[in-house]
Amino acid sequence: MKRIAIVGASAAGLTAAETLRGRGWDGHLTLIGDEPRPPYDRPPLSKQILTGDRSAERAVLRSPHDLARLEADLRLGQPATALDVAHRRVHLGAGETIRFDALIIATGVTPRRLPDSDLAGVHVLRTLDDALALRAALLAGPRVIVVGAGFLGTEVAAAARTMGLPVTLVEPEPVPVRHPFGDRIGALVADLHRVHGTRLRCGTPVRRLRSTGGQVTGVELGDGTTLPADVVVMAVGSAPATGWLTGSGLSLADGVVCDAWCRAAPGIYAAGDVASWHNTHFATRMRLEHRTNATEQAVAAAGNLLGDAIPFAPVPYFWTDQYDTRIQAYGIFPPDADLRVISGDPSNGRFTAAYGHQGVVTGVLGWNAPRELRTLRRLVVERALWTTVTNTGPCPPLAGDRCRENIRPRTLGVYS
Amino acid sequence: MKVIVDQHKCVASGQCVLTAPEVFDQREEDGIVVLLTETPPEHLTDDVRQAATLCPAQAIWLAEQEKQEGER
Repeated sequence: MKRIAIVGASAAGLTAAETLRGRGWDGHLTLIGDEPRPPYDRPPLSKQILTGDRSAERAVLRSPHDLARLEADLRLGQPATALDVAHRRVHLGAGETIRFDALIIATGVTPRRLPDSDLAGVHVLRTLDDALALRAALLAGPRVIVVGAGFLGTEVAAAARTMGLPVTLVEPEPVPVRHPFGDRIGALVADLHRVHGTRLRCGTPVRRLRSTGGQVTGVELGDGTTLPADVVVMAVGSAPATGWLTGSGLSLADGVVCDAWCRAAPGIYAAGDVASWHNTHFATRMRLEHRTNATEQAVAAAGNLLGDAIPFAPVPYFWTDQYDTRIQAYGIFPPDADLRVISGDPSNGRFTAAYGHQGVVTGVLGWNAPRELRTLRRLVVERALWTTVTNTGPCPPLAGDRCRENIRPRTLGVYS
Repeated sequence: MKVIVDQHKCVASGQCVLTAPEVFDQREEDGIVVLLTETPPEHLTDDVRQAATLCPAQAIWLAEQEKQEGER
């Protein structure tokens, strides 16, 4: 194996490259990225970069010296446009082709947009340039609407609110972050935003954006009301960046379909946000848009490419920072899981909780409780029996507000 | 090998403690990284390297020997 190409030069692609070199593989390595910037970190984009607490330079993942030490042929600002599996070639936008013996796909995801949203004042957030453009817009003191109250949307709303701006968070589900955390934790996140002065409009979809002369002026909701806005941030999810793989023969279905070893085809692997694979620990197929997974899966995919033959079966980890609150989680959180508080008290802003599904613990969550949560990770690793998980604190209450009637029935364990 | 951590960048994920518990701990109140030893023994080098790789905030560095000498 003389030539390896990695498509995608963000956290996963960079880690894959470093893993190959770190393990002594000294063949010809090509690292291809569609953005002209050197690899940078994304979690700060919706947090410190927006608020200005951290400069763009500090988001860079490696110094020029460290990148040079990879001894890779770096092709930045050159999107891959097609993959020829039979002839082992990646086609680049400039018409060039890159030959390979083995390939790692790490092209990430692309933000979804609402229809007819190509307007001044409308933003998405995926890249560093997106974040800098949004920050510049926020510095003008606009009225802000964030559409979508998942992790990205709630973080952007918190950042804008922290900057002192009037912010409204609009979400079709009855509570924020309902996927993956469910109604009760979602209600706590809603309260967190209200306490900090962010307005919430949950349970109402967006009908369309309003505009004048190509500039967004507001958001019209499904109930007919219109909220005025100068800046609208669309945080309505993302799609795996697999357009360039259409017609390649690789199986594509919510990402690049891989086996338990992150392998999409002989000699072709995928890692990070774009990869869908079978996680044997949970006996389920998954695709994760988590920072930690990008690194872990890249290490695993590169290792398997070199012959490890080890299934990638991690306990997923992810976190979100909003205002002064840090929510962290290990595992998976099926929609019909039960929830039990293990320690602390949701009403005073510090607790841990476990999620049970089909008789075992599948996830644990910490709310401002990092150290304790880490010790609970073993419940997920060991698939602890749900019957052995005891409650020491009260379960988070359901939201007692207008969102309540929209909450669909779901199993809430012993406290339902 | 010398280990350097940036507590300002740390996001309290605890991945380093899971990977190299002899070298890293977390503050009780907020989970921010605490370095137990700046110069861990040789047999922990691989674990520390792994911790630096897995850190989701890229808040851990390994200073190579020559760099240490250059800083002195």
